[in-house]
Amino acid sequence: MFEDEKIPVEEIDRKILVTSVDWIYNWGRQYSMWPVMFGLACCAFEMIGASTARYDIARFGMEFYRPSPRHADLMILAGTITHKMAPQVKRIWEQMPEPKYCLAMGSCAISGGIFKSYAVLQGADEILPVDVYVPGCPPRPEALFDGILKIHRMVRAQSVKGVSWYGKEGSSSRRGASRDE
Amino acid sequence: MTNDEILSKLQEAFPQVEFQVQTEETKNFTVIVPAERLVDVATYLRDHLKFDYLSNLASVDYPERFEVVYHLYSMKRGGGVLVLKVLLPDREKPEVDSVTPIWPGANYQEREVYDLMGISFNGHPDLRRIMLWDGFPGHPLRKDFENRTYTFKELEPTRPKPPDW
Amino acid sequence: MGPQHPSTHGVFRMILTLDGETVVDLKPMFGYLHRGLEKTSEERTYLQAVPFTDRLDYICSMTNNFAYAVAVERLADIEVPPRAEYIRVIMGELTRLINHMLGIGFLFNELGAWYTPVVYAFRERERIMDLFEMASGSRMMCNYIRPGGVAADLPEEFLPHLKKLIPHLKRFVAEIRFYLSENEIFRARSVGVGFLPADMAVANSITGPVLRASGVTYDVRRAEPYSIYDEFEFDIPTQVEGDVYARYAQRLDEMDESLKILSQAVERLPDGEYTSKVPSRLRPPKGESYARIEAPKGELGFYLVSDGSPNPYRWRNRPPSLINLSALREMCLGHKVADVVVIYGSIDVTLADIDR
Repeated sequence: MFEDEKIPVEEIDRKILVTSVDWIYNWGRQYSMWPVMFGLACCAFEMIGASTARYDIARFGMEFYRPSPRHADLMILAGTITHKMAPQVKRIWEQMPEPKYCLAMGSCAISGGIFKSYAVLQGADEILPVDVYVPGCPPRPEALFDGILKIHRMVRAQSVKGVSWYGKEGSSSRRGASRDE
Repeated sequence: MTNDEILSKLQEAFPQVEFQVQTEETKNFTVIVPAERLVDVATYLRDHLKFDYLSNLASVDYPERFEVVYHLYSMKRGGGVLVLKVLLPDREKPEVDSVTPIWPGANYQEREVYDLMGISFNGHPDLRRIMLWDGFPGHPLRKDFENRTYTFKELEPTRPKPPDW
Repeated sequence: MGPQHPSTHGVFRMILTLDGETVVDLKPMFGYLHRGLEKTSEERTYLQAVPFTDRLDYICSMTNNFAYAVAVERLADIEVPPRAEYIRVIMGELTRLINHMLGIGFLFNELGAWYTPVVYAFRERERIMDLFEMASGSRMMCNYIRPGGVAADLPEEFLPHLKKLIPHLKRFVAEIRFYLSENEIFRARSVGVGFLPADMAVANSITGPVLRASGVTYDVRRAEPYSIYDEFEFDIPTQVEGDVYARYAQRLDEMDESLKILSQAVERLPDGEYTSKVPSRLRPPKGESYARIEAPKGELGFYLVSDGSPNPYRWRNRPPSLINLSALREMCLGHKVADVVVIYGSIDVTLADIDR
């Protein structure tokens, strides 16, 4: 199906059922991810610009920004995270149900950006695990799409067996928490 | 009304106050007012000389004093800016009267000066920190505050606990 | 109404005290985007602080640069060549168009027309941002208007593109007027809502379209002309009612005036230098300056104090959005929760401008 997943012949007997389920499960998840609406600062306008007519984010199934984190699976952190706002970001992240992904958009979310000051958190990965980093100040909508496609590739490479709710072999959450813990 | 007329009217209305004028250094018509007469002078300026629009309220940290700067314009008459300055030599506990009862637009600006510079305003209806939270250590815009970056864990103990986010 | 909310234009928080659905008290809480710009700019030189001004009111980065450039030029007595002045006016008016389009688009977002007017507004914004990208290399954070002039000359394809765009934008403004002004739902929800009397507006230091919609004719471009605005012919529209509908109509009228100024500027653009020679480590003489311009949101001012060194001693910007919110409580008392969102949207704030 995909060139990047070469399935050896001898494993096909063992895995054929799981890979079909995997494929459908991942296909369903990646093409209708719903981002939680979390535009904090300037990058929010490029994110909204990415969802309008010229750069259409609806072709990735994401035009539906959900205000409530309980309905969303992707958090696009667009903008500067200040120390006053950081606990709220963490709270929203913890309210999102698994499986969830985080995309840090823009230099400020990645590492504080040009604001090396007393009031800015120097990077979102101090408080939550980030999957994809999209640099730029602000990144163009095309760059954001590149990041989204990387998330899709990540989702495709996951297996049903690795999630916590599937059977006895499931591990706990597939990656650790933030960088410090 | 020229600047000299404004100054002479002010001097007539407050004969015991000595107004210093600082126009050459600052390129704007600047009048220094003693801190204890600020509210009277401001009320006179608003009611009699029609300076009804307070454009900016800033504070500066000089080595030996704090300064609070007010930029006033008149929408009715037009004309240039009148800059009022108040000098506060007390660096331990600087305080000045609030002009919020006179120009309500000064409300948030005075709160910001209190938050970032530490100058208290007597008579302000709601003097709380506005940009940073109550437990934040220090007043950032002072010159002795070092502009360093903090990590999330360092500031954790100073934060308000829920439900007082 | 917490910091993460679909209709708060960013991270703004309001604590509402309600009696049923009616608002009895309102306390705004700011600071969720406070980035410490004033302190950080004191450690940079005057030229290095220009990108910080871009990020102040991120929709209108050109006018923020403009205000800062005027303030530094007043402080250091720098002359600006005429071609640069005309280019600045063109960029400033294009930014005003973008801002008012987005303001109207997001106002309808608050009213519940979820996203359709925003998409129309963004369509035109993309066309104008193409022009910005031609001139400065970046769509949003342009960093183009510097003290002394502009960063680079206009490329050749800029003017023909702009000349084709002006009639298109005129048709777009007429289109908005036709579709949205007589809409019954909009009129029912906005006429009489959020009334702001003129004397309260002046006392609260409110400026910009909100002030002019309450009937006070005050525009910095006429009251204290900066740059070359005294050479253009344009009117200052005002409305009388001072409610949400009046602010919407005011923005539409201001877009018409901006298009007038744009046409005149494009006709008269002279040739010549695009910047005067300014050293990159500029050392202005000791002193201070306060410069204000008519930004699309209100009156944007910069107060700079210099002590002779290349770094500013005090760098303060007067935020139009923060001060325009001074009367929010008075405007919202007695209205329902849904109206609070609409009134807040009609003031058109940007959080980065409030919190800096």
